Amino acid sequence: MVTLKIDDKQVQVPEDTSILKAAEKAGIWIPTLCYSELFEPYGVCRLCVVEAVRGKRSRVVTSCNYPVREGINVLTNSPKIQWIRKTILELMLARWPNVKVVKDLARDVGVEKPRFVSLQRDEAEDACILCGKCVSVCREVVQANVLGFAYRGIKREIALPFGVQSEACIVCGACAHVCPTGHIKMVVEDYKGKKPEFTLGPKTAIYVPTLQAVPRVPVIDADSCIHFKTGGCEYCAKVCEPNAINFGMKDEVEEIEVGQILVATGFDIFDASAMAQYGYGTLDNVYSSLEFEMMLNSTGPTNGQVLTKDGREPRSVAIVHCIGSRDTNHHSYCSRVCCMYALKYAHLVHDRTKASIYQFYIDMRAFGKGYEEFYVRILDKGVKVIRGKVAEVVEAPPAQKDEGSLVVRCEDTLAGKLLEIPVDMVVLCNAIEARRDSDAVRRLFSISKSPDGFFLERHPKLDPTSTMTDGVYIAGCAQGPKDIPDVVAQASSAAARMLSFISKGEVEIDPVRAFVQEEYCSGCKICNSLCPYTAIEFLAEKKVSHVNEALCKGCGTCVAACPSSAMTGHGFTDAQILAELDGIMV
Amino acid sequence: MAFEPKIIGFLCNWCSYTGADLAGVSRIKSAPNVRVIRTMCSGRVDPSFILKAFQIGADGVIVMGCHLGDCHYQEGNYKTIRRIPFLKRLVKGFGIDPRRLRLEWVSASEGDRFARIVNEFTEEIRSLGPLKLQVHTELRKTIHEPVEVV
Repeated sequence: MVTLKIDDKQVQVPEDTSILKAAEKAGIWIPTLCYSELFEPYGVCRLCVVEAVRGKRSRVVTSCNYPVREGINVLTNSPKIQWIRKTILELMLARWPNVKVVKDLARDVGVEKPRFVSLQRDEAEDACILCGKCVSVCREVVQANVLGFAYRGIKREIALPFGVQSEACIVCGACAHVCPTGHIKMVVEDYKGKKPEFTLGPKTAIYVPTLQAVPRVPVIDADSCIHFKTGGCEYCAKVCEPNAINFGMKDEVEEIEVGQILVATGFDIFDASAMAQYGYGTLDNVYSSLEFEMMLNSTGPTNGQVLTKDGREPRSVAIVHCIGSRDTNHHSYCSRVCCMYALKYAHLVHDRTKASIYQFYIDMRAFGKGYEEFYVRILDKGVKVIRGKVAEVVEAPPAQKDEGSLVVRCEDTLAGKLLEIPVDMVVLCNAIEARRDSDAVRRLFSISKSPDGFFLERHPKLDPTSTMTDGVYIAGCAQGPKDIPDVVAQASSAAARMLSFISKGEVEIDPVRAFVQEEYCSGCKICNSLCPYTAIEFLAEKKVSHVNEALCKGCGTCVAACPSSAMTGHGFTDAQILAELDGIMV
Repeated sequence: MAFEPKIIGFLCNWCSYTGADLAGVSRIKSAPNVRVIRTMCSGRVDPSFILKAFQIGADGVIVMGCHLGDCHYQEGNYKTIRRIPFLKRLVKGFGIDPRRLRLEWVSASEGDRFARIVNEFTEEIRSLGPLKLQVHTELRKTIHEPVEVV
């Protein structure tokens, strides 16, 4: 430990600490433009100069890269230092008169107008002040080494190698992030997809998935993390005190033996960009239901405020029902939950804004307990509820721009009128649809799907949670669209079913099983290799095949294949089927 | 009286039988000519059942199972897909048009497909006319001795 005085204040810091850091610890502010904790000090702006006094000797040093010495007295604001800082800022102000950070610092030290005239005056507000932060961060943190200084003297500038975009640049945005003047910007060029300025996903490469995540720990998005692209950064690991960040973790496949499986793989929402007439993905302020839900969330990107893309409160909001559901071109089924969450949206928008709210519905399905009452409440709030499917959403023509940025075209089928309603925001109620990988999942568990793509239950009324495969249960929207109370009821029922087997300790199996009539078996072993469950074994002593009844599922493939009819299936013997055949031919 | 084909359908319990059930529950109209025998799997359909069906007077036989990869018993329908082409060649030798034997995949959710296939197959058999197989009267019934079930 080293003890020193900074402006007559006693400070004790470890060795190799820079004076700037020691001053920070002592609560003394030293101006700087090029210093950052992220990388080694570069000492180029010279604003952090201090006077280091040792005995009778005094030296002017840059505090950011000058280590502390035992017993020195540091003066951060002596007349000499003030004079040096003023001169530096006058020079900077002469060259970059409109850059905010320079102007602010200059005002802080009492410089209003520089005495000098710069040969390289740059009037821009976001001019590059050559602090070199971007170069350092790219070299030391990102380790992409894309940026560097070029030329000398007044021609000095930040440049890419050979002045062209480098392939080594991973477009991480670290340079833009550290740039104190905003000279470096992230610009999206020729991007055909959804405009990304209102991103609803995580904003950083390391994030906590949701506030309700279990376990509630951050995860690293390896696709966006700088470390996985260049091997650099690791800043999160540096600041993590318990050293919990492990970049070496790999995906692992674990095998767990279980007796029963509940398939609750959930749903996807219909991609509204398939219905180009609603402008999703091409028009601003057209949101899908989940995006809007995120916006309404108090921990979401707008902290729960309803805002248009330019940050204003919308004057009017249109909520459009049945996007992709009840539509023979997409899904003919009703998505069930949309009417009610659309009404909830109306309720919340009404609470949080002064916007006028329009609901466009085909049929209002307020089917559950307390739902109809809620619908009536929404009507009483003055929400305009229009029966009619929206034909299209377009950008408002200039004449209507004052009333809303978008226009919703629709027929009011109750009034028999065509409507054109200007709005600022459109919320689409996307259909719930089966997950895109549901076919692979159902093959895995050998369960069926219904025509709408959701998993098929054993019986729609009497057995809605189990499947044709014993021990495999389904719950939630994997089985069909349903709201939270229904999902809870179905999942509880499935869980209770599974628990009953666990407490019983044994399972009843179907009596349909194959068995061998040993006196007829010639021991040809044809059946042995046919069985997908390896239930048939060959008894070498008796020279006959034998069916393990616990493994046999009763498909009868072996029965059909047996050349000597020694293999028979309970419930489906040859005699029974032939008798059936005889009977139905009459 | 117009010719009404007699068709035997062997349907697997998990996909096709459920699909046929769905066709009924959905009130989809289909030809009544197919007489259904349920087996646990299309792999259970012994080739001798099909020959016996023709022998005792069926004009056509249709075997239906799960789509490939969807079999409730993993691979039973793969066994069927190997048996039927072989049987088609065999029945040709008996003087039976191989078009009278058909293998189709119908899943539990394809009630409309079931109805379409049934109608299509019935029409095909109708156009082929009755199967005039020369069979000894004694053989016009199932002759297997019932196997004693232990």
